[in-house]
Amino acid sequence: MEGLLSNVDWAEIGFASWDTLVMVGLSLAFSVLIGLPIGVLLFLTGKRQLLEQPVAYAVLSFVVNVLRSVPFIILLIVMIPFTVMLIGTSLGVAGAIPPLVAGGAPFFARLVETSLREVDRGIIEATQAMGATVRQIIFGALLPEALPGIIAGITVTAITLVSYAAMSGVIGGGGLGDLAIRFGYQRFQTDVMVITVALLVIFVQVLQMVGDRLVLYFSRK
Amino acid sequence: MIVFDQVQKSYQVGGRAIPALHPTDMTIETGEVFGIVGHSGAGKSTLVRLINLLEPPTGGRILIDGEDVVGYNPAQLRAFRRKVGMIFQHFNLLSSKTVADNIAFPMKLAGIYSKAEIRDRVDELLARVSLTDHANKYPSQLSGGQKQRVGIARALACRPTILLCDEATSALDPQTTQSVLKLLADINRELGLTIVLITHEMDVVRRVCDRVAVMDAGEVVEMGPVSDVFLHPKHPTTRDFVFESENIDGQELQEDLQKANGRILRLTFKGESTYQPLLGSVARQSGVDFSILSGRIDHIKDTPYGQLTLSLVGGDLDLAMQAFDAADVHVEVVR
Repeated sequence: MEGLLSNVDWAEIGFASWDTLVMVGLSLAFSVLIGLPIGVLLFLTGKRQLLEQPVAYAVLSFVVNVLRSVPFIILLIVMIPFTVMLIGTSLGVAGAIPPLVAGGAPFFARLVETSLREVDRGIIEATQAMGATVRQIIFGALLPEALPGIIAGITVTAITLVSYAAMSGVIGGGGLGDLAIRFGYQRFQTDVMVITVALLVIFVQVLQMVGDRLVLYFSRK
Repeated sequence: MIVFDQVQKSYQVGGRAIPALHPTDMTIETGEVFGIVGHSGAGKSTLVRLINLLEPPTGGRILIDGEDVVGYNPAQLRAFRRKVGMIFQHFNLLSSKTVADNIAFPMKLAGIYSKAEIRDRVDELLARVSLTDHANKYPSQLSGGQKQRVGIARALACRPTILLCDEATSALDPQTTQSVLKLLADINRELGLTIVLITHEMDVVRRVCDRVAVMDAGEVVEMGPVSDVFLHPKHPTTRDFVFESENIDGQELQEDLQKANGRILRLTFKGESTYQPLLGSVARQSGVDFSILSGRIDHIKDTPYGQLTLSLVGGDLDLAMQAFDAADVHVEVVR
């Protein structure tokens, strides 16, 4: 065993894992915070919806599509000036967060829009018939009814952010991806590569399991 | 009282206006159960949604207790809607809320009730729809009939004066339909609530409605007391509905009538006359022989009725007709 994993510095792996956790955790929090209202707006302004606004929908949808169609590796590079402006550096854990959010928020917004569309129109109609305001319909009926779908969306976004976070190692983002690139790729330390990948796999598995449990818990159908 | 004054509704499809409801005049009295019957696509769904303005009309006035509600601002509209309960074919309960929370929902939205008021009202409504034991269940754990009972309790939460029923029994089996209709009839009687009920089943109309409007292709083609419309349908669409509910094949009926001899009459007994042993005595007095071609004895809401198609041969036909008239039996000469 000694020889097999001779290059692995467990303390380094520990720090890198923590960095990945922080990157994913923070960028997920911001993605949800920004993506949720955008997703709700996308839904509401859509065709035949409560606040149908073709122009607003087209603009919002276009921005989301642009951010989603740029390959993340390019987004990482394009975002560098903005990140420096926003945070002061484009490196390390902090520097990775803005591009991660730029990639995660529009992705999550689409998932929110989709899960809101899956709410039975009859429920919206019934709530309207009770004399609810648009605000009450959103917070009292739409979001609670779409909650399982939204939680599933958070899970998918979190997992996507894990792989994005690993990718950010390319521009010096820190975390497990950074480790895998610097040691596993550039110094040919296959054992480091294997360990980081294994950790990422475990991380994703745990996220998916927790997500599925939560979806099940909140599903009353 | 709900008054439709030249109310119409059309949808814009590709720049063209497609009419869903042609200009319609209609009056629904306070406290009555008013049925709207029609095939799918006839416009009945639109009609009922015009009442609480889920569908705004494209013309005409809708007067509720004398007030034109079409011009209401959003706040007025919301206050008005709280006074109009609505139940649906697919119940439309919130799957994320318990039975009790579903019933409390409209009261919470209204924002004018205290927690204690809401709790008391929910308990009262749960008892009224016999679901007290199911208060903490989720809708997915209930049967269709139970779900509709929750729907009814929810619709009654804010003490509405009008209850709209959109195909409320169409997704239920016959037995459950009967119990839900009975509940609606009880509510109408005990609370004096005006009920507007749309359905494609004439049987539902026959059981609970006082008056009915028959719709076809976005138009009300016949309207009146259920007994009139049901026993003496005039419009072909109405006739189809009545035949359908009685399992009568119109074609077959015509063939049967052609084979019969003599004069063919359709007698309609209503109320007390249903129970009179009339046929025998008329036959003895007038000397006519009769054979029964078809017949049905049933109830329209609480009124018993009978409808017989007879062929009469021999004897004094005029005397027989006079005797039927005198006994308050409606006679229609078929041939």
